[in-house]
Amino acid sequence: MLDSALSVFRMGRNMARLMEGLGVTLEISVVAVGLSLIFGVPLGLMMAGSNRPLKWLLRGYLEFVRVMPILALLFIFYYSLSKFWNINLSALTVSIFVFTLWGAAEMGDLVRGAVTSLPRHQWDSARALGLSEGQVSFRVIIPQAIRRLLPGVINLTTRMIKTTPFVFFINLPDLLKVGQQIVEVSGLRYPLASVWVYGFIFIIYFVICYPISLFSRYLERRWAS
Amino acid sequence: MDFIDWDFIVSRAPLFWAAAKLTVKLAVGGILLAAALGFLCAVARFYRIPVFNQIAYFYIELARNTPLMVQLFFLYFGLPRLGLVWEGQTCAIVGLTFLGGAYMAEAFRGGLAAINRNQVESALSIGLSRIQTLRYVIAPQALAVAWPAISATVIFLMKETSVFSIVALPDLMYVAKDLLKEGHSGETNLLLILSYLTIILPVSLFFGRMERRLRFAGFGS
Repeated sequence: MLDSALSVFRMGRNMARLMEGLGVTLEISVVAVGLSLIFGVPLGLMMAGSNRPLKWLLRGYLEFVRVMPILALLFIFYYSLSKFWNINLSALTVSIFVFTLWGAAEMGDLVRGAVTSLPRHQWDSARALGLSEGQVSFRVIIPQAIRRLLPGVINLTTRMIKTTPFVFFINLPDLLKVGQQIVEVSGLRYPLASVWVYGFIFIIYFVICYPISLFSRYLERRWAS
Repeated sequence: MDFIDWDFIVSRAPLFWAAAKLTVKLAVGGILLAAALGFLCAVARFYRIPVFNQIAYFYIELARNTPLMVQLFFLYFGLPRLGLVWEGQTCAIVGLTFLGGAYMAEAFRGGLAAINRNQVESALSIGLSRIQTLRYVIAPQALAVAWPAISATVIFLMKETSVFSIVALPDLMYVAKDLLKEGHSGETNLLLILSYLTIILPVSLFFGRMERRLRFAGFGS
């Protein structure tokens, strides 16, 4: 039985292709998390700010992204942008765009939570000690905000990695799509190919996400006090 | 107004209605089973019942750190090769339960962990039975603490149902993809968005409302 597993992975370039698929998966996750951070921080500061209409607008955006399945958004942007408005974007670009659209909103909410949870007296005390505005931000507020933010950001990263298989639906050759192609080709010769390949992909996701989630929990516990 | 083809929307709406009913049915089934499984795992973890505690931990980590789509592919395309054949709907519910059970277990565990040991001892010392302690002291407080996590899990699981077309079920995504062949991508997408909003938004609002009411159940917070 195990022989057939080895044969499936050794056949042709199967293993190399799976790793290429993993590369696509990781590329989407890493780029989308990076962009989400870049857009999410200013969004979060605006959500925590005092401009009411802007806050409502951002609140609406956050709620919409939270309620709509990411898969539906992926699908809508992939098929309507290309067909309806004649904009041709690659599946990769659409994936990163949609993941960022979702991630920036979630990141914004994390930043808002981190900033608003800091008590007002942190600013006042720092100023009373005679720190300059720059020192207040960089030595008092930002270090504390990052502590509150980081576990959530790491958590969002694993959620993003676990959402990447959705790109399967717009035919992007991610880990799962490559796996399916391999199963289709070698399934006739090796009936157990689907067990091995999908089992392998299952383990890969676990091996990537489990340490990250352990790290997030470790930070949470360490910084809780 | 010819910007939107209303005839198309009206004539195709029944297709989305049928798909929405299927989505709701699978989501409700999966979420209820997930809650039951999650409760059992949370209890096994909370009371550190030997063996079950370790099994629950292993299962929770396995299910929480892998995507539903990969779980479904293994269940639907892998397991039949080992002799376990099931149809799409069963597979979808089993998959959603497997994924959701772990998230629910973590949500419940967070609630139970927030209860001080004193609460249980005090309740027993004033003469409440173990069942009464659970019913009147532990459960209300644990639920209040766990509610935001439960609510997030329910919404998350409802959104995850969108992948069920990979196990050959005619859900909303399946219908939308099928309709795209007729052109009308704008109308199709509008129907898709409206369908999901109709299903998930009320649930989201309901849970938010309950959260505000339950907030007062916690002692001293």
